[in-house]
Amino acid sequence: MISGLLVFAQAGGQEAVDKFANATSSGIALGAIYALLALGLVLIYKATQVLNFAHGALAALGAFFAAYLATVINFPGRYVTFLPTTMQWILSALVAVLITAVVGLVLERLAIRPMIGEPLFSVVMITIALDIVIRTITDDFIGSSPRPLGDPWGADVVNIGPAIVAKTEIATLLVTIICLVGIALFFRTRYGVAMRATAFDQEAAMAQGISAGRIFAMAWAIGAGLAAVAGIFSSMFPRASIGVSGGTAFFAFRALPAIVIGGLDSITGAVVGGFIVGLVETYAGVYLTGATWSFLGLGFSGVMPYLVMLVVLLIRPYGLFGTEEIRRV
Amino acid sequence: MLEVANLEVVYNDVVLVLRGLSLNVPDGEIIALLGANGAGKTTTLRAITGILDIHEGDITKGSVAFDGERIDGKDPAAIVKMGIAQVLEGRRIFAEMTVDDNLRTGAFTNSNKASVAAAHERVMDLFPVLQGRRKDTAGYLSGGEQQMLAIGRALMADPRLLILDEPTLGLAPMLVQQIRDIIVDINRQGTSVLLIEQNANMALSIANYGYIMETGKVVMDGDPQKLLGDEDVKEFYLGLHGEGERKSFRDVKHYKRRKRWLS
Repeated sequence: MISGLLVFAQAGGQEAVDKFANATSSGIALGAIYALLALGLVLIYKATQVLNFAHGALAALGAFFAAYLATVINFPGRYVTFLPTTMQWILSALVAVLITAVVGLVLERLAIRPMIGEPLFSVVMITIALDIVIRTITDDFIGSSPRPLGDPWGADVVNIGPAIVAKTEIATLLVTIICLVGIALFFRTRYGVAMRATAFDQEAAMAQGISAGRIFAMAWAIGAGLAAVAGIFSSMFPRASIGVSGGTAFFAFRALPAIVIGGLDSITGAVVGGFIVGLVETYAGVYLTGATWSFLGLGFSGVMPYLVMLVVLLIRPYGLFGTEEIRRV
Repeated sequence: MLEVANLEVVYNDVVLVLRGLSLNVPDGEIIALLGANGAGKTTTLRAITGILDIHEGDITKGSVAFDGERIDGKDPAAIVKMGIAQVLEGRRIFAEMTVDDNLRTGAFTNSNKASVAAAHERVMDLFPVLQGRRKDTAGYLSGGEQQMLAIGRALMADPRLLILDEPTLGLAPMLVQQIRDIIVDINRQGTSVLLIEQNANMALSIANYGYIMETGKVVMDGDPQKLLGDEDVKEFYLGLHGEGERKSFRDVKHYKRRKRWLS
């Protein structure tokens, strides 16, 4: 990155450096959101072999809960008025994430658990149905206009070196790192090891006395929680300046290239894929503009992740970090 | 200790695999369960340990009891907790995880750290080869080491009954000897063993009692001496006819003919 900066500095002076630094910082922030979304998707995929199409809907639901708790009923802020407002908002967001995790738990119990042992395709169809149901209900909750999240950062920016960075972007990155470290630590615990085992071989895991149902529930709860975190940050400035809306649910599908690039079953892959997609998308939006690139049309940056995905798939069909099966018979 | 009585198992509601199987594992003994491919040995294991469900299998008749308590219909986790651990056919270790993490999954039902550590120590004593490879990815172990890991993983649950499904499948003769000795060791330490095998010679050499299955039921049982002396057992499982006799083509042909025990 440093050498990239230098090249740009020589070619176009300070202006080019600023442009590149800004693109990089917002690319990283966008990538962090994709990484969060991808992390949730991969977690559920790893444990249950199901690609959860309801992930975006859960993200929107989580963001709605946060908006509702923070701006409408001021929970739990009204009971802890002695705390600074930033803290109060963070508490509201945490409660929203927890509620969404519980929703994930309930969904797993009601819709996914009865499908254990059924063809995976059927389970995936169920998640599509869940997506429609949750999305419709969430849209109804949200109402006709977007709901602001009431986050304490608003559109504030800070200067970091040559880059102008939104405070929300810093928060996004911090929270993403916390989530990543948390997940990495979780995988070392007893239940984390059990989840990896279940993901690898369900029957062998059951033979060790690991309850696959409980592991699935846990994966769904954590996945839904992560979706909510991503949903909250994708409904803020500079992603959406007004708040959570019907479009929030569709944002999650933009993380699909991320998990495909990283490899469907790899946590590291999800994170790396998320940042790659975020950066590529932002760079394309910044640099592929003007008369030279006008033949690409508007919104080409949204296509770039898919192009990268295509190239990666051609070279490594299982993704950058996905496993080719290790098998020794 | 373990009593299987008149067990009948149906897969997919149509395929009758076990038809009235009964067997008994007394406390502290090694019991061998022999049979050809498709006889229903693995299904017996699944019925005992409660993992029939995910194979679309159901127990339609009979019962499985452990220490006098019915365990058919219990979920696998509860059965492991009661003290029955199993080594699945084909090892089935978690190839992407380290040796230590594999062992930890075996101790999942045990939340007491001290006893998990004790179990871990016991496994390391039994399988010194695993000691130096604790941080290695299990998928890269050799076949014999993987089998030892699979047995070690089962022992992490501190079982009172260990069920092994073809633990010597695909292993070199020397390793078969090793596994055999290990099974004897485990038994000496107080764990009862139900050994499901095709290698009749090995299994009967250490068993206190043997059962022979065909098409879903026990067709012969008795002490190992009796089974080893039986002409049919010799022919089917040991590939012997008489002392050092060479087979003529007609014998080979006879051997390949599908023979029923009860016809």
